[in-house]
Amino acid sequence: MIYTVLVLLIVLFPLAGFLFPALWGRSLFKKSAGPLTVVLMTFSFLLSAYFAYLYFFEFGYQQGAYRRFLFPDIPWLEFSGALAIRMGAYIDAVSVMMLLTVTFVSLMVHVYSLWYMKHQERYAAYFAYLSLFTFSMLGLVLSSNIFQMYFFWELVGVSSFLLIGFYYQKPAAAAAAKKAFIVTRFADVGFFIGILILSFSAGSMDFETILHKLTTPGSDALNTAAAQTFLGISALSWGAALVFMGAAGKSALFPLHIWLPDAMEGPTPVSALIHAATMVVAGVFLIARLFPLYAITVPGVQEFIAWVSAVTALMAALIACVQTDIKRILAFSTMSQIGLMMLSLGVAKYEAGPVPGYTASLFHLFTHALFKSLLFLCAGIMIHFVHNNSIWKMGGLRKYLPLTHLFFLAGCLAISGIPPFSGFFSKEEILLAAYRNYFPLYVLVLITSAVTAFYMFRMYFRTFWFYNLKGPTEKETEIEVPALIPLVLLAIGAVLGGFIPFGNFVTSDGHRMPFHFDVRFSLLPVILNLAGIFVAMWFYKTKNKRSDIVQEKAWKLYLLLSEKFYVDHLYEFITRKVIFQVIGRSAAWFDKNIVDGMVNLSGEATQYVSAAFRKLQSGKVQLYALYFLLAILALALITILK
Amino acid sequence: MTEPGLYHILTLSALLFCTGMYGFFTRRNLITLLMSVELMLNSVNLNLVAFDRYVWPEKTEGLFFSLFIIAVAAAEAALAIAIIIHLYRTHKSIDVQEAEELKY
Amino acid sequence: MSLLLILIIPILTAGAVLLCKTDEQVKWTALAGSLAQLGVSVALYFLFVRERAITGQESLILFEERYPLLSDAGIFLHVGADGITVGMILLTSFVLAAGVLASWNIVYRVKEFFLLLLLLALGAFGFFISQNLFLLFFFLELSVIPKFLLISIWGSGKKEYSANKLALMLMGGSALILTGILLLYFNGGRTFEIHSLSRVVFSDRLQQVVFALLFVGFGVFTALFPFHTWVPDGHSSAPTAGSMFLAGISMKLGGFGCLKIAMYLLPEGALYFSHIIIVLSVIGILYGALATMMQKDLKYINAYSSVSHVAFSLLGMGMLTQTAITGAVMQMISHGVMTALFFAVIGMVYERTHTRMIQEMSGLMKTMPFIATVFFISGLCSLGLPGFSGFVSEMTVLTGSWEKDSVFHRTVTIAAAASLVVTAVYILRATTKIMMGPPQLPGENAVTDANTKERSAAILLTAGIVWIGLFPAWLTALIKPDVQQIMKRIAGL
Repeated sequence: MIYTVLVLLIVLFPLAGFLFPALWGRSLFKKSAGPLTVVLMTFSFLLSAYFAYLYFFEFGYQQGAYRRFLFPDIPWLEFSGALAIRMGAYIDAVSVMMLLTVTFVSLMVHVYSLWYMKHQERYAAYFAYLSLFTFSMLGLVLSSNIFQMYFFWELVGVSSFLLIGFYYQKPAAAAAAKKAFIVTRFADVGFFIGILILSFSAGSMDFETILHKLTTPGSDALNTAAAQTFLGISALSWGAALVFMGAAGKSALFPLHIWLPDAMEGPTPVSALIHAATMVVAGVFLIARLFPLYAITVPGVQEFIAWVSAVTALMAALIACVQTDIKRILAFSTMSQIGLMMLSLGVAKYEAGPVPGYTASLFHLFTHALFKSLLFLCAGIMIHFVHNNSIWKMGGLRKYLPLTHLFFLAGCLAISGIPPFSGFFSKEEILLAAYRNYFPLYVLVLITSAVTAFYMFRMYFRTFWFYNLKGPTEKETEIEVPALIPLVLLAIGAVLGGFIPFGNFVTSDGHRMPFHFDVRFSLLPVILNLAGIFVAMWFYKTKNKRSDIVQEKAWKLYLLLSEKFYVDHLYEFITRKVIFQVIGRSAAWFDKNIVDGMVNLSGEATQYVSAAFRKLQSGKVQLYALYFLLAILALALITILK
Repeated sequence: MTEPGLYHILTLSALLFCTGMYGFFTRRNLITLLMSVELMLNSVNLNLVAFDRYVWPEKTEGLFFSLFIIAVAAAEAALAIAIIIHLYRTHKSIDVQEAEELKY
Repeated sequence: MSLLLILIIPILTAGAVLLCKTDEQVKWTALAGSLAQLGVSVALYFLFVRERAITGQESLILFEERYPLLSDAGIFLHVGADGITVGMILLTSFVLAAGVLASWNIVYRVKEFFLLLLLLALGAFGFFISQNLFLLFFFLELSVIPKFLLISIWGSGKKEYSANKLALMLMGGSALILTGILLLYFNGGRTFEIHSLSRVVFSDRLQQVVFALLFVGFGVFTALFPFHTWVPDGHSSAPTAGSMFLAGISMKLGGFGCLKIAMYLLPEGALYFSHIIIVLSVIGILYGALATMMQKDLKYINAYSSVSHVAFSLLGMGMLTQTAITGAVMQMISHGVMTALFFAVIGMVYERTHTRMIQEMSGLMKTMPFIATVFFISGLCSLGLPGFSGFVSEMTVLTGSWEKDSVFHRTVTIAAAASLVVTAVYILRATTKIMMGPPQLPGENAVTDANTKERSAAILLTAGIVWIGLFPAWLTALIKPDVQQIMKRIAGL
C-alpha cells in the first residue's frame, strides 16, 4: 500500500507541475511557474530516490533475485475478454532505475532552465510542458501494460512536439516539431499494429502475460501464433518487428532518424532532457522490456535489430564528423549512442542466468543520460555566450567559460570511453557483449567508438581552442549559481557513474551479475579512442588549414556526409512529390470532379429532362386543346378495345 | 316523314360537335373560339336530352344535366368574355396566337 | 422523470423564444433552455444508470412511454431510452449548449436563427428517443429543414448551392429510409413499433433489400462514401453553430440509424453486407484523410476529416464484433463533441481574421492564445492523442477490428490504422501553419482573444473530450449492454 502511494506521488507531482502552470500560467503562476515546478520535481526526485533505496535494499531483493511488483493495477478501458488497457506500475529493477534517471535528469534540467529560460515570454508554458513531459515519461517507464505504454508513448511524443516548437514564431522550429511528430507517428502506427499482433497472440495486453505466454516454448499461444504466417514470416516476427519499428521511430534509428537533428530547434535544456537523456531512449527501454520475447522467440528479428542499430551508430557517428551546428553534432552523437545501446540488446544471446548484453545496454543508457545531458547543458551555456549555434563561430572559449570548459571536457571524455570516466565502463560492456556473440558487429562498434572520440574532440577543440575569439565587449557572466548545481551534479555522475556496480542491480532476470573486467580486452578500444582524440587535436587544437585541405581532397565524401547520406532528400521526395502531389492531389481531384461530379450530374440530368418536357407548355391554347382531344381519343380507344 | 329517331339526333349532335371543334382549332379570334366551345357544349346537351328521351324515358337525370351544363356554360362564357376583354385591354388584340405569355 | 421532458424543454424554449422582444432576450432564453436541457440530460444519465442497476436486465429500454397517435396505422408516440440513446442525448445537449454560446454574435434575424437551432435539436432528440419508426422518421425530417434554412440564410460562400445540395441529398436518403420503413411496415404486420418489428422474422431476401435501403439512406446522413459530398460544401457554407450541429449531431443521426435501426432490425442484412460496408468505410477513412491534406480552407479541412473520422464508426459497425461496435458508438459521441469544438474554434478564428484560408494566417498563438490553444487541443483530439476522446474510440474500433481473424479484415484494419499518420499530417500542417510562425495578421492589434461566452463554449466541449478521454470506462459501461443485444441478434443467425 505504502509503495502504491509512493509510486503514485512520484508520478503525480510532475502532473501537478503541468496542470497548475497550464491552467493559471497567465495569471497566478506567471512568474512563479519555474520555482513551483522545480519544487514539485524535487519532491518527485526525492521520493523516487527513496523508493529506489527501498526497492534495491529493502523489499525488492527476495530469495536471491530482484522481483517484479505490480503496484496499482487499475482497469482503464476493457476491450473484450482478457484484452484491456490497465493502468499499472510495473516495478522491477529496470523501471526503478529509469524512474531515478528520469526524475534526476528532469530535475537538473528544470533547475537549469530557471536560469536559461528566465526572460522567455512563455515562461510558465515552458515549465508546464517540461513537467508534462516528465509525467508522461514516468508513466511510460512504469507501464505494466503494452497499451498503457502506447498511451504514454504518444504523450511523450506530443510533449516533445510542444517543446521543439516552443519558439513557435520561428518557422524552422514549427517545421521541426511537425516533422518529429509525423515521423514518430508513422513509426507508432507500426508499433500499434505490433501491439495488436502480440496482444492478440498472447490474449492479454499486460507485459507480464505477454512475456510469459510468448516465451514459454510449446505453449498454446506460441504454437498458434507461430502457425500464422504472412509473406513467409511468422505473425509473431511481424509483431515483434513492428514493435521495434515504433521503438526505432522514437529512438531515432535508421531510417526513422531524420527528425532528431531537426528537433534541436527546441530550447537547449529540452534537447538535454528529451532528445538526449530520456525520451529517445524509450525505444531501448521498450525493447529491453520485451527482451525475452526477442531473444527467445524471434531471434531473427533480434539480429535485424542488431544490424539496424549498428548501421545507425556508424552512420550517425560519420555524419557527426562534418556537422557544424554544436547541437546537431550532439544530436547525431545521441543517435549513435542509442544505436550502441540497441545493438547491445540485439546481440545479447539469451542464456540461463543474467544476460550481459542486456545489462550493458541499460548501463550505457544510464551513463549516457548523465554525460549527454551534461554536454547539452554546457552547449547551452556556450550558445548563450556567443549567441550562435555554429562551432565555426566559437573558438578559444576556455578563457571566457572556464567552468563550462571543465564540464564539457569531462562529458567528452566520458562519451569517448576514456577510463575512468563513466562512458568507458558501459561501452566496455557493450563491446564485450558484441565480441562474445557477434564478431562483425564488434568491429563496427570499435570503429564507431573511435569515430565518436574524433568528432567529440573535434567539437571540443574547435570550440574551446583553435583560435581566440574576440571577447565580448560587455562583461557577461558565465552562468548563475543555481544553474551551476545541475552541471556539477551531472559532471559528478558523468565522471564517477561508471563505478556503480550496475550488474548488481539491473539484470535481465533479477539475479546479480558481477562485472568481469579485463585489462587486455579494454586495451584496444582505449587505444583507438585515444587515437581518435589525437587526430582531432592535430586538426583543431591550433588554428590551421589542415581540415580544409582534407575537406577539399575528399569533397565527395564530405558532401555525402554533410548531406546526411541523402536520406532527408529521399523522404522529401516521397512525402512532397509522391504522397502530397500524386496521392493527395488526386484524391482531392477525384472528390471534386468524380464524386461531386456525379451529384452535380444528377442535378443537371434532372434539369435537362425538365427542359425537354417544358417545351410542351407552349402557351398556345389550341395546342393544349389538341393534346386534350388526342388524350380523350386515346382513352376512348382503350375503353372500346378492351 | 317519320319522327326523328335517336340516331338522327346523335348524327346532328356529332356534326355540331365537329363544327365546334373545327372552329376551335382553326379560328384565331377568341370570341369565335368561345362560340365554338359553346357549340360543342350544346352538342353534348343535345346528346344528353336525346338519350334521356329515347333510352331512359322514365328518368330525368339527362335533362337536369343539360340544364347544369347550360348554367355552367353561361358562367364560363361570362368569365371567358371578361378574360377576353382584359386581354384586349392589355394586348389591343384578341388573337389567340398572340396570347401566349403563359408558357414554360 | 418523464422522458418526454427531453422533447418538452426544447419546445417550451422555442415558444419562449417566439415571445421574446429583443435579441438579447432571445439569446438568454435559448441559453437557459439549452442549459436546462443539458442538466436534464445529465440527470437522465444518472437516473438511467440507477434504473438499470435496479432492473438488472441490462439491455432493457427504460423510461418507456407510449401514447396512441394513429393506433390503427401502428403509429404511436412511443419513446424510450437505452444506453446508446442516453449517450447520444448527452452529446446532443452538450453540442446544443455550446452551439448557442458560440452563436452569440449573430446579428441578422436572431429570433429565427435560435428558433431553427432549437428545432434542429428537437428533431435530433426526438429521433434518438423514438421507439416507433414513423415517429423516428418524422423527427429525422424535422431536423433536415432547419439545416437547409440555416445554411441558405445565415451561411457564407456558395450557400445556396450547398443548401440545395445538402437538402436534396438528405431528402434522397430519407426517401430510401422511408421506402425501407414502409417495406418493413407492410411485411411486418402493419406496425411501426421497433419492438414489435424486432420480433418479426423477415425473409433473408427482404432483410437484404431493406437493409441496403436503410443503411444507404442513413449512410447519406453520416457521410458514407460515396454519398459524402454534401458534407464539405454543407459544413463550409453553414454558420458556426450550423456546422457544429451538422457535424456534431446530424451526422450522428445517420450513424445511430445505421446501428439501431438497420443493423438491429435486420441482422441478416448486416451480415450479408458486412464486407461492402467495411470496404466503403475504409475507402472513406483513407480517402477523406488524403483529400483533407489538400484543402486550404479550415472548414473544408474539418469537413473532410469528419468524413474520415465518421467512417471509423461505420468501419466498427461493419466489423460486427462487440468491441468494434462499442468503439463505433464511442467514436460517434467522441467525434460529435470534438468536431463541434473544432467548428466552434474555426468560427471564432474566422470572426477575428475574416478568413478561413490557412495560408493567410500565421502566428495566432501570439494574437489569440486561448483560441489557438483550444484549436490545438481539438486538433490533438482529432489525431487521436491519448487523453482525449479520439484515442479511446479509434483504438477501440481498431482493436475490435483486429478480432476478426482473416486476411481481409486484418488488411483493412492496417489500412485504417495507416490513416492515423495522414491525420497527423493534415492536422499538424494546419495547426503549425496558423498557430505558429510570425504573427502576420492584418491589423493584429485589433484582434482580441475569446470572450466569456466563447470561452464557456470551448471549455464545455473540451471538458467533454477530456472526460471521455481520461475516463472512458463509464461510456463503455453505458453502451456495452445494448451493443451486446445487437451482437446477440447477429450471432443468433
